Amino acid sequence: MPQGNSRSGGRGGRSRGGERSGAGGGQRRSLFRRRKVCKFCTDKIDVIDYKDVKLIGAFVPERGKVLPRRISGTCARHQRLLQTAIKRARQVALLPYASE
Amino acid sequence: MSERQYELLYILSPDATDQQVNEAHEEIQGIVTRLEGRIDKTDNWGRRKLAYEIKRHKDGIYVLETITGTGELMKELDRRLKVTDLIIRHLVVRIDERQKIAERMQAERQAEAEKRRERRGVSAEDEARIRRDRDEDEDSDQDEAEA
Repeated sequence: MPQGNSRSGGRGGRSRGGERSGAGGGQRRSLFRRRKVCKFCTDKIDVIDYKDVKLIGAFVPERGKVLPRRISGTCARHQRLLQTAIKRARQVALLPYASE
Repeated sequence: MSERQYELLYILSPDATDQQVNEAHEEIQGIVTRLEGRIDKTDNWGRRKLAYEIKRHKDGIYVLETITGTGELMKELDRRLKVTDLIIRHLVVRIDERQKIAERMQAERQAEAEKRRERRGVSAEDEARIRRDRDEDEDSDQDEAEA
């Protein structure tokens, strides 16, 4: 019996330690930005149409460049599709190549 | 000869009259029928501002045609559109391939949802009911918050 008690106490101590380190992790995590998710994945868009300027235009900031993945959070597959869509839209003057 | 679906978007000079726009469409239709293709859809967007100037023009008349035909047909169309002065820009894009991929992905998603339901032992009707109930709960929460 006393043996069992000491063992359970030890276990409790260890679990408390785990909690503490978990809280520390939470504090550290709060310094990071909110996790970004791919807009096209959440909206279940499989085809990115170059004619849909309203959709694509959101990924082309003022300067006319393609918004990088690290900022928009778009997944690799959709960024690739988005890239061709933007390039096509530029060919037919729906989007600018560059603007000052 | 394999048939494929394409999308042709062309921009006419803003000086073009309605009649000239029609003529351009008829010319395209002529080439398409001659090479045994067909126009599935025509969509005239009308006058639109260009994102940048093309041949000093600031706007253009956009027309979109969905065409089913062979690669040879599109090659001929491309050649003809290049030499037509009234058409200041055009773009041909193949659309059947992407559509097929989209359909497959949709089917995959549906299968995935079905599998997940099965694992949880919930039927499609149950799922719909659960979702409805939950939405109602959320609504009532909102009401409380407002009150």
